[in-house]
Amino acid sequence: MQKTTALVAAGLVGLSWSASLLAEDDFITLASTTSTESSGLFGAIIPAFTDTTGIEVHVVAVGTGQAFEIARRGDADSLLVHDTAGEEQFVANGYATERQNVMYNDFVLVGPSDDPAGISDSESAAEAFALIAESESPFASRGDDSGTNRAELRLWEDAGVTPQGEWYRELGSGMGQTLNTAAGMNAYTFTDRATWVAFENPQDLTILFEGDEALFNQYGSLLLSTENNPHLKHDLATQWHEWLLSSEGQQAIADFEVNGQQLFFPNAE
Amino acid sequence: MPVSDNPFYTALALILGMDQRLFDIVTLSLQISLIAVLVACLLALPLGAALALWRFPGRNIVIVMLNALMGLPPVVAGLCVYLLLSRAGPLGQWGLLFSPSAMVIAQVILVLPIIAALTRQQVESLHNEYDEQLRSLGLSPLRMIPTLLWDARFGLLTVILAGFGRASAEVGAVMIVGGNIDGVTRVMTTSIVLETSKGNLPLALGLGIVLLSLVTLINALAHVVSETAKRRLG
Repeated sequence: MQKTTALVAAGLVGLSWSASLLAEDDFITLASTTSTESSGLFGAIIPAFTDTTGIEVHVVAVGTGQAFEIARRGDADSLLVHDTAGEEQFVANGYATERQNVMYNDFVLVGPSDDPAGISDSESAAEAFALIAESESPFASRGDDSGTNRAELRLWEDAGVTPQGEWYRELGSGMGQTLNTAAGMNAYTFTDRATWVAFENPQDLTILFEGDEALFNQYGSLLLSTENNPHLKHDLATQWHEWLLSSEGQQAIADFEVNGQQLFFPNAE
Repeated sequence: MPVSDNPFYTALALILGMDQRLFDIVTLSLQISLIAVLVACLLALPLGAALALWRFPGRNIVIVMLNALMGLPPVVAGLCVYLLLSRAGPLGQWGLLFSPSAMVIAQVILVLPIIAALTRQQVESLHNEYDEQLRSLGLSPLRMIPTLLWDARFGLLTVILAGFGRASAEVGAVMIVGGNIDGVTRVMTTSIVLETSKGNLPLALGLGIVLLSLVTLINALAHVVSETAKRRLG
């Protein structure tokens, strides 16, 4: 009987604690990408925003495709992703009222250090992709409709290759999982630089191709429309959106470093 | 959080160091799983016992379905709860998605069939044994439920622990409905997934060892309590 009482008491404490969490209203839910979360960017810049405004930011880090879906269903107050074409379509479809550049970095091609496809001397990213396809060297693709996956597919198209066959492995995983798998099977893969620099299990993988303009990776912040989702915390989300574009927010992004390396470059107009 | 290349050192350092963030994550994991098991017990124990005692048309179908639901993939449970609680879903106005409450709901759905199905089986074998005795006391099935549940309590403890194991080890459902939000819905299992994706394998495994130690501790506690009670009560 005592045990039951203790259990019920524990349950009540737990319930009141969840209720207290629900009552908290000064937060927004931000749907964003795995690269921004797992590189540690949000951990570094959100406290500065919270200090200034008193607003907490709850980050749900998923692939860009899923982030769009979460925002479309009204489950996030704000959206920060990296697929400019998809973002503009999202605005055109009426789910968001405004889209702004926030920051950029770049994608890189990583692979086994002995570079069996010989991509390190390529003139362009398209050529590097073509060489991988030609030599049928194992390539690990995200295959999850994320921003990185969408960028990768565009580059295959530029290279005039339809990636298929045993060498092309669609993993359906996040960036970190894909890097783990690529490291395990010593395959080439396509990654954003931020996740790569913060990644701690590269094994024999190394950067083999970088620096082409086609590898530019733009992040954008979207102000979501309340037309279909009147419950959205529009005022708080607007403060976040504007803070990201403000000189304070832009400076916080520029100041974020991993191993002494700047990972995101602010470029709001 | 401290890091070493050896997961066992990492686990030890995590336990000994017990920094605030890890403490919060462990507390949240336990709170969510314990509340989920408690809620599931309140529903599943009477349900399982009732299924054991009553004969009604379609009873076998219900039993088969409960047994099958023991194997419900957590991701599917998570997806269903996500679609229910999403703003575009039927319970959207509650605003529960990406909160600990949503995680409790998902875990209740995972744990309930296990506890109900195993309770049904335990109570049924007990009932077969004592049916005549109970009848001679003139107990209606409704009155038999608490009696049989009480008599089966030691076996049911194992059932409840099985439910707790499922809840605390599960990651697919809480990831989808909780969103793995730092400081809000990040629990042990989702932390392990996150650290793995960062390539920080020793820390991920270290967290796994901490989780396993906790679950072992809880099971040991339950074992000691039940053994003591058995001896006291004969």
